[in-house]
Amino acid sequence: MFKHRPILLAVLVPIVALGIVAGSLGRAAADAPGVTPTEILLGGTHPYSGPASAYGVIGKGIAAYFAYVNDRGGVNGRKITYKDMDDGYNPAQTVQLVKGMVEQDHVFAFFNTLGTPPNLAIRQYLNDQKIPQLFISTGATTWGADYAKYPWTLGFNLDYQAEAIIFGKDIVAHQPNAKIAILYQNDDFGQDYVTGLQKGLGAKASQIVKMASYEVTDPDVRSQMATLQGSGADTVVIAATPKFAVGAMVALSQLSWKGTTYLSNVSASQTMMHAATAAGGGEATTDGIISDAYTLDPTNVSLANTPGMKLYRDILAKYGPGLDPNNGFVLYGMAAAYTMVDALQKAGKDLTRDKLMDAALHLNEKNPFLWPGVELTTSPADHFTIREEQLERYDKGLWVPVGSVIDARK
Amino acid sequence: MMAAARVPAGNLVSFGLAALVVAIVPWVLPPYISFELAYAGAYAIAILGLIILTGINGQISLGHGAFMAVGGYTVAIAITRAGWPPEAAMLLAAVLCALFGGVVGVVALRLSGAYLALATFALAVSVAPILKRFKDLTGGAQGLTFPAAHAPGPLAGVLDSERWLYYESWLIVGVLFAASWFALQGRLGRALRALRDNEIAAVSFGINPFVYKSLAFAWSAAYAGIAGALIASATAYVSPDTYALNLSITLLIGAVLGGLGSMWGAIIGGIVVEFLPLWAQTINTAASSLIYGISLILVMIAMPGGIAGAVRRVALIITRPQSEGQLERS
Repeated sequence: MFKHRPILLAVLVPIVALGIVAGSLGRAAADAPGVTPTEILLGGTHPYSGPASAYGVIGKGIAAYFAYVNDRGGVNGRKITYKDMDDGYNPAQTVQLVKGMVEQDHVFAFFNTLGTPPNLAIRQYLNDQKIPQLFISTGATTWGADYAKYPWTLGFNLDYQAEAIIFGKDIVAHQPNAKIAILYQNDDFGQDYVTGLQKGLGAKASQIVKMASYEVTDPDVRSQMATLQGSGADTVVIAATPKFAVGAMVALSQLSWKGTTYLSNVSASQTMMHAATAAGGGEATTDGIISDAYTLDPTNVSLANTPGMKLYRDILAKYGPGLDPNNGFVLYGMAAAYTMVDALQKAGKDLTRDKLMDAALHLNEKNPFLWPGVELTTSPADHFTIREEQLERYDKGLWVPVGSVIDARK
Repeated sequence: MMAAARVPAGNLVSFGLAALVVAIVPWVLPPYISFELAYAGAYAIAILGLIILTGINGQISLGHGAFMAVGGYTVAIAITRAGWPPEAAMLLAAVLCALFGGVVGVVALRLSGAYLALATFALAVSVAPILKRFKDLTGGAQGLTFPAAHAPGPLAGVLDSERWLYYESWLIVGVLFAASWFALQGRLGRALRALRDNEIAAVSFGINPFVYKSLAFAWSAAYAGIAGALIASATAYVSPDTYALNLSITLLIGAVLGGLGSMWGAIIGGIVVEFLPLWAQTINTAASSLIYGISLILVMIAMPGGIAGAVRRVALIITRPQSEGQLERS
């Protein structure tokens, strides 16, 4: 081996030198990679495979909206290319895909990467690189709360705390003497709910008479619901994922409990409400339950004639013919894509990452895919993108809006 | 010296060539590929552990993802809660996983075949709920974030984070491969193989199944723990989703695909499980798992002995043109 050493060195040294030179050249490149006179390249990740693959259609809703925008001339004369990859909801996979898209494809910004764990895994890296991580698909509170440390990251979803704050405000406004019980999932989602409810109730937080939690591995929540009923509460907040929320509604009905029930938005789809109605033995199970919405709901017939729903169905007919228009995830994807296009538009013709971030932090839009009246506003001091929502009451198989849009900020 | 004398020249040359290729790669390929290769190295280590357990000792495990999770969380917790350096944390991960694996190995003594597969699968299933329950320690569903790994001391000026992770991963691959190769040459390797082929015969030769079978589990689990620690360190983040249920199955796929009969199979398996899904995406993002699955089936039909087995068959035909005739006679 030794006699080949000079040759080896002769080969290795130039390679190493080239590598170092190439590395430093790469760092000195223009401040708008992924932007050409005709194209803007955005990156994203959604789980098209694995246990969370139901969310995959969000990426398809986004693609449909971008195709629609591109057909109408794009953004400031540039067409959007969205490179959306499958991370299977595995953070280790997300990191690799994102690094590849940064180094090889030179994407301009990331948009709507999905899931709290995948986004936590890439947040530090993207902020180190000063690459925007915009309108990401997760309801965790950290995106809006920790912006000083991660200024390049911006969420999209109404966060769970804000939702619970709004429930709390509604209770204070309409039943100031309520005795409140809460069922929550014992994880970050559930904890955010408890915190938000306490914030929303303010001085009335002492009126929470009982809290009960469950684990996602529990078979059901019947015993928890019995405990809550036994506490003498007249108002129950259900902060639960669909399977347990249905169980909780049915259990309350079987316990002949009479009072006000608030239900977390994640479990309030028509499918779940129908399941609860059927399992509980009739409309009495679900009538009067209060929940909330911030995007349009394709299954809500009262919204069918809003301009947003019409636009949504028109776009899908032309650009997403294989997609189920009644799937709320598709509509959610389109709502997020609308906001991304809005931010790119406001960032102007002379596009840089700094300008995009600046535009994303000065939004005040009327997004047609959000619930009528819900406004999306951001400012350099407020990185919570959506903090307003519409309360709704379930009435004979349909969600009916109650009162006007409530802002968690006020 | 005695052991070194027994190393065949061919093995030394191939090992040396492999080491050379490994050393050059990060300087000719972009950093993100070095980064992906660091993951491939980690998978190769876990698969090597599985080849020792399943291929050599004949015990099946569908729960190696659980050992990887223990390794990964050990690193994450030691770094975030106790301020340990990542290298020391990795060593702790190996030790803890060996102990955990030894315990599982003792339980596994009473089980074999499908029953052992199910029992180990239960391990993999229980990972996420357990991690979420001990939220104060593990960070729950949101997991733990810690600073990205970087080269220590003066190396930091030469190696960026991606290349450092690459070298760290493949250096460990090299050391563990050499260690396993030497360990399996002698009495230990014979004992493990004998227990696989015929346990009753092995026992009658004085091989203690209790010792060797639980040792194989501990050994294999330690490797999985190191692999999990490397993945945690490269990702700079752990959550239950990092070590999801399908990870255990992915490892078994890698072992079978690479070749259960050969240690080189682990390296091939590691590269395949890392890059096959990425490649499948470039064909069609939405149907990546379908393409992945079809490729797996095709490889298994074409190469029943795994890729390493197929390569060896081809090499045999090339180097010995008359070997077919010789084989027929023997």
